[in-house]
Amino acid sequence: MFRIKEAYPLTDITVYMKIEAPDVAKKAGPGQFIILRADETGERVPFTISEADPAEGTVSIIFQKVGLSTLKLGEKKPGDMIADFVGPLGNVSHLDGYKSACVIGGGLGCAIALPQAKYLSDHGANVDMIAGFRNKDIIILEPQMKSVCDTLTIMTDDGSNGNKGLVTDALKAKIAEGKKYDVVIAIGPPIMMKFVSLLTKEYGIKTIVSLNPIMIDGTGMCGGCRVTVGGERKFACVDGPDFDGHLVDFDELMKRNATYRDIEGECCNLYKMGQQRQSGPSKPSQPEGKES
Amino acid sequence: MPNMQKTKTPMPSQDASVRARNWYEVALGYTAEDMANEAARCLNCKNHPCTAGCPVAVNIPGFIKKLAEGKPTEALRVIEETSSLAAICGRVCPQERQCESLCVRGKNGDPVGIGRLERYAADHGVSGISGAKKEKDSGVRVAVIGSGPAGLSCASDLCRMGYEVTVFEALHKAGGVLSYGIPEFRLPKSIVGKQIESLKELGVEFRLDYVVGRTFTVDELFESGYEAIFIGSGAGLPGFMGIPGENAAGVMSANEFLTRINLMKAYREEYDTPIRIPTRAAVVGGGNVAMDAARCAMRLGAEEVSIIYRRSEEEMPARAEEIEHAKEEGIVFRTLQNPVKVNTDEKGNTVSVTVVDMELGEPGPDGRRRPVEKAGSEHDIPCDTLIVAVGTSPNPLLRMTTPGLESDRKGCLTVLEDGVTTTRPGVFAGGDAVSGAATVILAMGAGKKAAKAIDEYLKSKAK
Repeated sequence: MFRIKEAYPLTDITVYMKIEAPDVAKKAGPGQFIILRADETGERVPFTISEADPAEGTVSIIFQKVGLSTLKLGEKKPGDMIADFVGPLGNVSHLDGYKSACVIGGGLGCAIALPQAKYLSDHGANVDMIAGFRNKDIIILEPQMKSVCDTLTIMTDDGSNGNKGLVTDALKAKIAEGKKYDVVIAIGPPIMMKFVSLLTKEYGIKTIVSLNPIMIDGTGMCGGCRVTVGGERKFACVDGPDFDGHLVDFDELMKRNATYRDIEGECCNLYKMGQQRQSGPSKPSQPEGKES
Repeated sequence: MPNMQKTKTPMPSQDASVRARNWYEVALGYTAEDMANEAARCLNCKNHPCTAGCPVAVNIPGFIKKLAEGKPTEALRVIEETSSLAAICGRVCPQERQCESLCVRGKNGDPVGIGRLERYAADHGVSGISGAKKEKDSGVRVAVIGSGPAGLSCASDLCRMGYEVTVFEALHKAGGVLSYGIPEFRLPKSIVGKQIESLKELGVEFRLDYVVGRTFTVDELFESGYEAIFIGSGAGLPGFMGIPGENAAGVMSANEFLTRINLMKAYREEYDTPIRIPTRAAVVGGGNVAMDAARCAMRLGAEEVSIIYRRSEEEMPARAEEIEHAKEEGIVFRTLQNPVKVNTDEKGNTVSVTVVDMELGEPGPDGRRRPVEKAGSEHDIPCDTLIVAVGTSPNPLLRMTTPGLESDRKGCLTVLEDGVTTTRPGVFAGGDAVSGAATVILAMGAGKKAAKAIDEYLKSKAK
């Protein structure tokens, strides 16, 4: 069992959680992930490590409450236990030797882009960060990102932060300004990574993406995380999770990732309905007499 | 007087039409009368050829004699002299290729049902494994990587020799393929759990959720005080066919499918792991894993389940009994057909698999007749779930992270003539990690052999 040391919301849907896992903390490097199982009946879910503190023996993750397992995990409080926590899995990102980098995070991907940007900065690279969110209410980690890069540009889909557009618009603008990057790192939803990669391909800028596909064991056993990279079958857990964005078949990945979407949606709805029922008569979830 | 009945006493089992929709064990086990009848068929031959056919050399006539005397506990203790996993082996060993193939009774009729009797002893006897612990530990620590059959048997023997043994398991549950692979209806998980509990009582320490090669490397295990290491990490890396559309939603490895079901209990309401209930499932492959996957798909509630195999039934590597069981449960066998393409709808979901008919040509290097495509014979088999069970190979993680540990082209660890000593001093290996995918009992045999080699190595080192 693994004890939760800290847990608090970053936004309505995003949670920061710090877990005591000294052996994992000792080994964790940028880009690696863990798999956890919240309780005895939980599923195994992969999360990229957002921070590891070997001295304290803790590993932090940031997640959105979007699926059944993350909804349940999000209800856990400091002091609660997590049944299983295994890692660090995947390969450490190769970030050495870059002079000028643009690190792009999309939504929750910023939590993973942050340690990459920090590593690059700490190792002497000039780092621009671009972060994209749907709206200003779900912006996370703004001060932290600011502290590890030279410039931070935050874009929102709806323009609610006064800066409407996609991360690719911001990247294009940077390039148009004359910025030269020897690497672009893009971490976020596959659709974002796809379009960043398409853009950087035009300019011939090396692009690294971090994939988080369907996965059970995280050690190469299930093959659920297979992705096509440069026409070859790769397992994200043992060969990745970082790959050359110009070689990844994102369309295939997006279709595979949707495998359990319907089942997942149904389970979440059932779970939320159950929660609402439990919360008692003071908060009726349905008009009276119309119990579904 | 021995019972000269020519046929094996039949195994009571669930009716096929009922069991095809539940997860309970198929074979119910002998009654006391069945056992007495079958045990009396053993001639107790002087040179017991059966024992020679057992990878862990169980004293077979010895335990059957105890059973015939009505002493299942004593029978179990005889088995436990050389095997710590009787309840498992009695269920999943291919006895027809091992002990039973050498039984004298098999020359004129059926051999003695050794596996069925072993299971009886294990299910009805009281285990003495935990009592076999050495009074005094040697204080010498040995690490075992992987808690499957190879690791369990190695750990058990080392512990009995007085070593302090820690078993490292990557998953959250011990047992390896016994837990994630072999389904409940062939090997109830409560039985696997019981056998692991008895090893814990013996003194074996289990550390779950540790991926050696990631959480710790082999080098770090040595640094932290382990004096020898056994690698029993199995052959967990699934193979795929390499055909177009294979990465479509709805196509998965048998490992993934079986893990969702057996380890993650996706078929049970209270567990969160999702699984798509197939309407039509097709399984590619002809081994035991393919049979397990097909029978699981049936139990999930599929309307039709078929096995697609490129050779004929005769060449199928699965046990005859498993093939028989699958057929009884209504699984359709499409032999001499080979998948060439997976077809999807606009969302990328699998809707069918295109196969080509095959015929058997000249024997290949392995002696089996090679399947050859029949030109122009392509046709589609509708399916929303396609399970790929075309074999597995050893996981690359340990050989990638352990300097000095050599492996062959197929990823199997290289061992010296003794079969268990690797190219890295102090590191031993056995089971599927060395042989490639094989059986539970062969892995157990290798684990035992390695325990002996480790004991010799540590003793010579101490001198």
